[in-house]
Amino acid sequence: MNTPIPHAATTVIVGAGPAGIRAAQTLLAHGLRPCLVDEGLRGGGQIYRRQPENFKRSAKALYGFEAAKARAVHATLDQLRADIDYRPETLVWNAEARVLDTLCNGRAGQIPFKHLLVATGATDRILPVPGWTLPGVYSLGAAQIALKFQGCSIGQRVVLAGSGPLLYLVAYQYAKAGASVAAVLDSSPFSAQTRALPALLGQPATLAKGIYYRSWLTAHGIAVHQGAHLQEVEGQRRVSGVTWQQGGQRKSLACDAVAFAHALRSETQLADLLGCEFTWSGLNRAWLPSRDGAGRSSVEGVYLAGDGAGIMGADAAELAGELAALTLLSDIGQRIDRARSVELQRQLEAIQRFRQGLETAFPFPEDWAAKAPDTLMVCRCEEVSAGDIRQTVAEGHWEINRVKAMCRVGMGRCQGRMCGLAATEIVAHASGRDIASVGRLRGQAPIKPIPFGVEAEQ
Amino acid sequence: MSQPTEVDAVVIGGGIVGASAALFLALRGKRVALLERDFFGSHSSGVNYGGVRRQGRPLSQLPLSQRAHEIWGDLRAFIGTDGEYVRSGHLKLARSDKDMASLAAYEQATRGFGLDLQLLDHRQLRARFPWAGDVAVGASLCADDGHANPRLVSPAFAFAARRAGAQTFEQAHVNQVSHDGQAFVVQTDNTQRFRAPWLLNCAGAWAAQLAQQFGEPVPMRAGHPAMLVTEPLPMFMDVSTGVEGGGIYARQVARGNCVLGGGQGFALDPATARPGQAAILEILRNAAELYPPLAGAQAIRTWSGTEGYLPDREPVLGASSTQPGLLHGFGFAGSGFQIGPAAGEALAQTVCTGASSIDLTAFSIQRFQSQPQPQPQLQLPATAVRSGTDNVIPLLRGRSNP
Repeated sequence: MNTPIPHAATTVIVGAGPAGIRAAQTLLAHGLRPCLVDEGLRGGGQIYRRQPENFKRSAKALYGFEAAKARAVHATLDQLRADIDYRPETLVWNAEARVLDTLCNGRAGQIPFKHLLVATGATDRILPVPGWTLPGVYSLGAAQIALKFQGCSIGQRVVLAGSGPLLYLVAYQYAKAGASVAAVLDSSPFSAQTRALPALLGQPATLAKGIYYRSWLTAHGIAVHQGAHLQEVEGQRRVSGVTWQQGGQRKSLACDAVAFAHALRSETQLADLLGCEFTWSGLNRAWLPSRDGAGRSSVEGVYLAGDGAGIMGADAAELAGELAALTLLSDIGQRIDRARSVELQRQLEAIQRFRQGLETAFPFPEDWAAKAPDTLMVCRCEEVSAGDIRQTVAEGHWEINRVKAMCRVGMGRCQGRMCGLAATEIVAHASGRDIASVGRLRGQAPIKPIPFGVEAEQ
Repeated sequence: MSQPTEVDAVVIGGGIVGASAALFLALRGKRVALLERDFFGSHSSGVNYGGVRRQGRPLSQLPLSQRAHEIWGDLRAFIGTDGEYVRSGHLKLARSDKDMASLAAYEQATRGFGLDLQLLDHRQLRARFPWAGDVAVGASLCADDGHANPRLVSPAFAFAARRAGAQTFEQAHVNQVSHDGQAFVVQTDNTQRFRAPWLLNCAGAWAAQLAQQFGEPVPMRAGHPAMLVTEPLPMFMDVSTGVEGGGIYARQVARGNCVLGGGQGFALDPATARPGQAAILEILRNAAELYPPLAGAQAIRTWSGTEGYLPDREPVLGASSTQPGLLHGFGFAGSGFQIGPAAGEALAQTVCTGASSIDLTAFSIQRFQSQPQPQPQLQLPATAVRSGTDNVIPLLRGRSNP
């Protein structure tokens, strides 16, 4: 077993998704032995999440068109793991000075670092609707994990709603796996997708996959409703149906499970705890840790890659992981292939243009906050409604941390990871302020809950 | 430049001391401007543990603390909210016979101040508070002490001041203070100007700069208590709890979350702080020994703030010795939340009547002057209690990884 030297200054990567794995590969190829810390059991991240070892579904069945990429990323990790300090099932819950605090099997540990590559990935961006806390409601990402990891469908008769490329991918994967997909409700209108075509054509292969999923669904008789806004999830003790609004009409459908999300949001808490500066990203509609084109954050020795620093998808994450690792190597005086670095930046810029097209194709539903009823539960941990937030704004508060202090929104178990962006939307709308000026929830340790009674690492 | 706004008093600092001073001034019909650099009660007044206790304070503070106790008892009438204030009782645990002797000595010394402390031996403690850990050999209970939600209470003093007629400003950083011979002129970053014969320096951990400007340097340092909160748990802890000699203190709010403190954090920048990682781990590892029902609970959030400490852990409260019209109220050493409203009232009384109804001599800024002026020494009853018996005795100081 690899016993790490407790206080050796190391190069650490947080997150073993496509960005973290490519970064580790690049560092190892240049003679560094990085420490790769990952919360997951088997690496791969979310989009290339691996099934448990005793599950034997084929990569093709799990990842579809992405099977080759998934296999390559997994194979890379499998080749690397003996030569690096790989620590799966390890949560990084805090960072202070140049030390990460970890939790693994109930034991608290610390990993000192000199250089750190943050590849913390993303979670679903949730815009709650009435009924979203009913049993049977999942985020799109969670629905995908249930299928990919455990081979489970979230229900017998599933409705998938929201917007973003993941909506069609999950619908396709569910239907392909034999689940009954009752409907796909895409809040973005067809016209938006037509408008986005010029930008999307920059990545024809990715665009083609999107079109394929869409057509496959239609060809297999699955109803895809565009410009369809999920209004409510119905049910007493669990989901019994959904209601949506489409072209001025209210429609409903019976189902026993719903998965919904409006694209993804970056997991930025670690970058925040590390002291990284943040800048507003209109494209992501979020404050994100600032980075230069080569992957450097504002903090010396801290690098950013993958969706944790702005949503660009798995292909970009692989490129950005390699690029940030090359930058790190260059910064510590190692010889690197500069042409490769330039090429990676060029490819990332192309994906960035495509990403802008996606935002046009799947626009953020800007009227969500205006339409959210007062009774809507925004923060499920602390049970804070849209009306509670509006009341707090009416009392003169507008800065999101201040609103949190007053009405508890984002103060619970998830620490705003699920509700923070929705709360910000409501505050901005209710206060008449620009969304960026409302601010962002300050990161506070622990990034995820940690238990009393933790023991020290041996 | 435009004419300054003329008021009777300018209060710098919208924490609980400054905001309550503004409230009491406004209630007495004074024109007052309350200026806060950030948000009202957003620093130590709003992010502290939330203990509302008299027990454990130095005897010098007890008259003010008793007056504060009356104000807290009537909180809703003053600020329009109860701020989750409950008179739950404050239980101070002793982990050794020596600590128990200290609690007994404190009980003896504070008789006559109205604290009504009850000493509990091990058996009485077990019978009354069965959730307390076996490491506690006894305790002292102050049944009328309690706790409140500082996030709600401290800003509410400023909002109440506004309703009472005070001009209140958030995001108003004071960048210049001068005295033109008759009055102070105070200017903010957003080019507001105020002119007043009275200036109240209630700027908390940042108050030393203004004192220095008027020739009264004080050796203030910043402290950063480490705080932590759990997910909601079944109710078990019906008092706010501390430990004699310092340690992990805890309370449980009506929602079920337990708020714990102990140890120190570090400053991120002049205005913000974070708990040290060693302090968090110390709490997670050791709290269950004192409070066994916490075993296996999850901590969901940690935080810290910035508190001003003077070497003797007493505040500076009262008139400047160098500048007529200048009043100080700062340096509450992590124990200002309970006493804050009475401190604010004392400052307001000084403006209105020239003196506070409670003697503030012990808190004079003159105690830090290199050439001490002849002053009547405050006679305190002899006591075996060591100084600094409050709850904020650090377990660990500063950054855990220097």
